[in-house]
Amino acid sequence: MELTATSPRPPVIRQFAAAWGFVRRWPVIPIAVIAVLIILGIFGPQIAPHDAVLSDARSRHVPPVGIETCLGAKCKTGSWKNPLGTDHVGRDVLSRIIVGSRISLIVATISLVVGLIVGTSVGMISGYIGGVFDEIVTRIVDIWLALPFLMVALLAVLIFGQSLGVVFVLLAVLSWVGFVRIVRAQTLQLKEMDYVALAKIAGAPPERIIIRHVLPGVINSAIVVATLNVGNLILAEATLSFLGAGIPPPTPAWGVLISEGRQYVSTAWWQTAFPGVGIFMVVMSLNFLGDWARDRFDPRLRQLIE
Amino acid sequence: MQRFLLRRALFIVVSLLGATIVIFSMTRLAHDPRELFVPDTGYGMSEEQWEALGDKMGFNKPIPVQYLLWVGNLLQGDFGTSIHQELEVRDIIFSKMGATIQLAIGGWMFAILIGVPLGVAAASSRGTIWDYVSRGFALFGQALPQFWTGIMAILIFAVLLQWLPAGTRGDDESFNIKYYILPSIVLGWPAAAGIMRLTRSAMLEVLDSEFVKLARAKGVGRFKVIWKHALRNAMIPPLTSALLLMAGYLNGALVVETVFSWPGIGWIALNKAVYDNDFPLLQGTVFTFILFYLLFALIADILYAVIDPRIRYS
Repeated sequence: MELTATSPRPPVIRQFAAAWGFVRRWPVIPIAVIAVLIILGIFGPQIAPHDAVLSDARSRHVPPVGIETCLGAKCKTGSWKNPLGTDHVGRDVLSRIIVGSRISLIVATISLVVGLIVGTSVGMISGYIGGVFDEIVTRIVDIWLALPFLMVALLAVLIFGQSLGVVFVLLAVLSWVGFVRIVRAQTLQLKEMDYVALAKIAGAPPERIIIRHVLPGVINSAIVVATLNVGNLILAEATLSFLGAGIPPPTPAWGVLISEGRQYVSTAWWQTAFPGVGIFMVVMSLNFLGDWARDRFDPRLRQLIE
Repeated sequence: MQRFLLRRALFIVVSLLGATIVIFSMTRLAHDPRELFVPDTGYGMSEEQWEALGDKMGFNKPIPVQYLLWVGNLLQGDFGTSIHQELEVRDIIFSKMGATIQLAIGGWMFAILIGVPLGVAAASSRGTIWDYVSRGFALFGQALPQFWTGIMAILIFAVLLQWLPAGTRGDDESFNIKYYILPSIVLGWPAAAGIMRLTRSAMLEVLDSEFVKLARAKGVGRFKVIWKHALRNAMIPPLTSALLLMAGYLNGALVVETVFSWPGIGWIALNKAVYDNDFPLLQGTVFTFILFYLLFALIADILYAVIDPRIRYS
């Protein structure tokens, strides 16, 4: 009889273990969710099974597939025609979520990029130059953090009116502060490095030192901060839209969907529940990705953002 | 310590000044501030009324003078008169402040009572089910939109299970804990998530330190080491930042009060000020929120300096 120390694992289990290890090491699921979001954002209107804006009074509040609801003697059963049901004027909830992803995606991305560029430049300049300019920037950041964002946003909407432009500006000014603090702190460290001093001795002007020698050192952190910030921006946009101060209707932004469904929640929960699940999945994936990026690319940041 | 307090007081003054400049320039940037008093859908004003309003509000004076007059009124506690309710803005805010403070305390208690123990549990049994439960709790708290959590909580616990009332306690002043449970949890969840993460990382650091190892080596029980020796030293960052977190979650109070029809400052700001175009009222609520925040920040700073003298002068 042959003796074997350990019987070899069956290949199926080995493959499964390898796959599990891969999923644990790489943020596969968050990336998949975000990839789906991007595809939906670009091709949303083509993918959506129904028109997202056109109403159909005959099919109001049809429940999601496989669920039956009765109001009095009238019963409705959900079918695959509207997998997530319909809303109070008979629009397909799934289609509205898909089409709504576009606006959330655009708003979050543009305001993030603006915040990234402005915040990183201001942070680098402020940290490198120092002096009065640095003092002023730090004060402005402190004051800005003391302002209650939603209140100021409501004030802005009351004064300037409800429009897409106001939302962009508000979210951009919400996001730039995060970049300034981190980038400035790192610039202060980089400034003391020998290679920066050598560049200075070689006669490089400040703008060249900032672009060629400081920027490469802070860009990693800036991108990590960006990933950690997108989720918050999407949440902020949804909150503004929910309060009626964000994206103006009839654009189906996610926050708008939830605020529309709110008054029907006891009879038609699906109209409110599914958009919220959408927001949650996207924000959760982005937060996961942000944490992962921080730990992988910039573990020092852990002390600054936790 | 005195120098530190002085610096913090100066910071508050500068912040308030900055806030007034931001708000004042916003109102003047848009268009004639008188237009804020006349909604597009209204009946409009006659020429004489328009001029009279301008005289009354001082819009005919130069801009710097207007600013100084306005700040002077604010300093005297005069936020102006609400347009729709014909009441002093100050009185409206005072009458609703209690409800907001109660809600904030409820949320804060939830955040600490849940956040700290979960953080300790996650750190002391790293990699076990407790760790994952706590981190899941934090992830959910930071990714769920509060307004949605609130609506779902009402649907599940008030409409379907009928355990708790569906929201508002109204202007009823009598205390009934049932009305506070759902709003406090919804308000406190994100804060609890933040506190849990802070406690967890602080505990991990302390548990790795020499004096904890010494205590273990001396034969002190695991329970006692974690909850007495380690927690005491790990509590500083979460407790002080809890105040700051809570100040930040005043934003959440606006949302939670809206969802639960809670008659506080946030609800007033949205339903009475924004939807009715009541500009002086909104300005007053914004200021109250800023004052709250700065007050919380000051208390947090002082606490921090008292508990941990090392950071006082940094």
